[in-house]
Amino acid sequence: MRRARLASFGGWLVTLPLTLLGLLLVTFLIGRVMPIDPVIAIVGDRAPAELYERVRLELGLDRPLYEQFFRYCAAILSGNFGRSVMTSRPVLEDITRFFPATLELATIATILGVVAGVPAGVLAAVRQGGKIDQLIRFLTLIGHSVPVFVLGLVGLLVFYAKLHLVPGPGRINVAFDDIVTPVTGMLLLDAAFQGEWEVFRDAVGHILLPAGVLAYFSLAYIARMTRAFMLEQLRQEYITTARVKGMSEMRVVWRHAFGNITVPLITVIALSYAGLLEGSVLTETIFSWPGLGQYLTVSLLNADMNAVLGATLVVGIVYLGLNLVCDLIYRLVDPRTR
Amino acid sequence: MIRRRTFASSLLAAPALWPLRDALAQTPRDTLVMAAQLDDIISLDPHESFEFKGNETTTNIYEKLLTTHNTAPDKIVGELAESWEVSADSLTHTFRLKAGRKFASGNPITAQDAEYSLRRAVTLNKTPAFILTQFGLNGQNATQMIRATDERTLVITIGEPISPSFFYYCLSANVGAIVDSKVVEANKQGDDWGNGWLKTHSAGSGPYVLRAWRASETVTLEANPNYPGQVRSRRVVTRHVAEPASQLLLLQRGDVDMARNLGPDQLKSLASDSAYKVQRSRKAAVIYMCMNQRHPELAKPKVREALKFAIDYDAIQRNIVSTTYDVHQAFLPLGFLGAIDDKPFRFDPTRAKALLAEAGLPNGFSVTLDYSHIQPWSDIAQAIQATFGQVGVRLNLQPGEQRQVITRMRARQHETLMLYWSPDYMDPHSNTEAFVSNPDNGDNARAKTLAWRNSWSVPELNAKVAAAVRERDAEKRAEMYIELQREHQRTSPFMILLQAIEVAAMRAGVSGLDIGPINDRIYYRETTKT
Repeated sequence: MRRARLASFGGWLVTLPLTLLGLLLVTFLIGRVMPIDPVIAIVGDRAPAELYERVRLELGLDRPLYEQFFRYCAAILSGNFGRSVMTSRPVLEDITRFFPATLELATIATILGVVAGVPAGVLAAVRQGGKIDQLIRFLTLIGHSVPVFVLGLVGLLVFYAKLHLVPGPGRINVAFDDIVTPVTGMLLLDAAFQGEWEVFRDAVGHILLPAGVLAYFSLAYIARMTRAFMLEQLRQEYITTARVKGMSEMRVVWRHAFGNITVPLITVIALSYAGLLEGSVLTETIFSWPGLGQYLTVSLLNADMNAVLGATLVVGIVYLGLNLVCDLIYRLVDPRTR
Repeated sequence: MIRRRTFASSLLAAPALWPLRDALAQTPRDTLVMAAQLDDIISLDPHESFEFKGNETTTNIYEKLLTTHNTAPDKIVGELAESWEVSADSLTHTFRLKAGRKFASGNPITAQDAEYSLRRAVTLNKTPAFILTQFGLNGQNATQMIRATDERTLVITIGEPISPSFFYYCLSANVGAIVDSKVVEANKQGDDWGNGWLKTHSAGSGPYVLRAWRASETVTLEANPNYPGQVRSRRVVTRHVAEPASQLLLLQRGDVDMARNLGPDQLKSLASDSAYKVQRSRKAAVIYMCMNQRHPELAKPKVREALKFAIDYDAIQRNIVSTTYDVHQAFLPLGFLGAIDDKPFRFDPTRAKALLAEAGLPNGFSVTLDYSHIQPWSDIAQAIQATFGQVGVRLNLQPGEQRQVITRMRARQHETLMLYWSPDYMDPHSNTEAFVSNPDNGDNARAKTLAWRNSWSVPELNAKVAAAVRERDAEKRAEMYIELQREHQRTSPFMILLQAIEVAAMRAGVSGLDIGPINDRIYYRETTKT
């Protein structure tokens, strides 16, 4: 068994860099075949021919594609992700600023989505066909079908503009700018660690609506999948046996049925979380949230390939990392996977 | 039935919501807060910045030798220069700096700073440098051509005799900004002239100092204590809010004082509300449509003329962009020296069909249109498609990302194309050169003007452009540009459709925003709020 574990870990060590390399290669090639001139993104449309040519050579665009890719990979290995055209800063510095904002938003949204979505899915399955089931399915259908930017705009209109329950777009009120020193990059954590409770309250207020919108989006998916998994379990013979033996319904549902869906549910939650971590560009745009989604999208549209490749690498690492974490959690919750 | 435990839990939770209402702070009294789209800024180094919002920001941080006031944009006035004169041969310009002026750092402003700044601009040779290097100034000759002869006198020698007003307008662009040489030099790395540091810091003498720029988030300016004039708002914070609907909500809730990117629908919703007002100022940008002369049908003069009569300019303005654009049909925007307001074209399908028949195309033809997919271009493209269809021209729409459209145009791969153009500086030569001049139509031409991108080259017009930029008499110069515009309207492959209006929506108590025709003429220093 120990040998099997070592083999599995070794396989992961080989797969990780190969996957990231493949991801970089595909992104790099897409960036090069896109019909947007990367030199124009830097020098602008009005640049004289000499400047255009100088920058083109500086970017190495006169070299063969394979050589450009090889030079980029060599730079990455030495920690140099290049400089972003759009922000004028090193890409690594940008990612350490934008990614925590997305991490903060995605984590809170996922927690809210799981806390609400899992019990909702279980309840809907247990009360299958009843009014509660229909209500939950209706609400989750809305969350799953309505585009997230519509949810965001409606949320802003109702909770911010009409009911005045939450602050508007942005991460923080301008009056609190630069009060908290970024350490983790996550405003809530940094404000709490530094004892800036007024800033903390303001940041909570600002994150509530965008996290709520994304949570509703996640909740819809998680609830529907939970319901589907539970229904399958509740049809099994062992559940009938447990009920016949006189076990309480609570124990039947949570101890037995739910216990058997934890592994696939973890996968669903992980996928939902990963999807949010790569950046929800529409939500970030509507709520002026300076996250990875907006950074990646604006960079792509401006052919800022250093930024695109750097951010893509981060997304790839996130997915692979979550995959690994899920594998470890499976082993914890299901002895059969050990 | 609500259980007691649930009710009690809810009561305990309710106060947790209360602090969120404290988070709904109005904007601080001494701070002007604007919502705008800020994601085009790539640098705040004035000798590198060339984007709309970048220019707007740097013009409030730096001063130039010369400038123009928005109340009289055709009149050059001194900003850091007290006086200036030009030699008889129009080659040597001498500037005398004002005495007693200081940078924000407290360092005195000297001719040596001006010398350093202009040498820096041409040596760094970033995107806007062409505005100065077109006068024969470059990194190799800057030390001879740009010289401070004493603490207050700067002498600039240019390569060719040109209209002095042309040179002065170019010096009034942001690339002519005077930076604090001591501060910049103290922060340079290697031979970068402090560019790496100045992208995200400031070293100017203007009404504001850059406190912070967080890309795609905020720009914060603070009043410069050493500025001699009055600066009414102690701080100016511009928040990046990409979505106009979000900007409107922020304005209505009082979380911002001003929204800078509202569209026609949002503006209409404020029109009847006395709590808000909308400031409209003519802007120098134009929307145009062009025809690539490599296309055999579009190269026919009668076809070009026909298409000019196949657009319903008034309907587009009235129905699509009523609050943000006006109909304008000449390449010089109104407000520029020599600009005309002639509108010789209107929607006339009968005339258009007749012209097409004369061109041997009685059944019309098919052609593609490249344009940016965002509003209002998308709606304008569809409107043009509809009216073209009425005269038999089948317009196939090809929307794309703006830079993608620009890339296609620079490669001369388009058939027709619609885009937006803003002058680089406050002189008519900027747009004239772009829309008319094409001395070399070859694929490897150095100057890829708009005329070049459409493969349109007329030697007589090239000569007139060159003559106009050399004319010293302002009135004669204006006449030359008037003639060029009328000729351009008749014969060129360009349809100028609309001139932009800069719109700023604000709370009724806000006033003093000074909006000029180009982005380096938008000033915050007089802005105040009650």
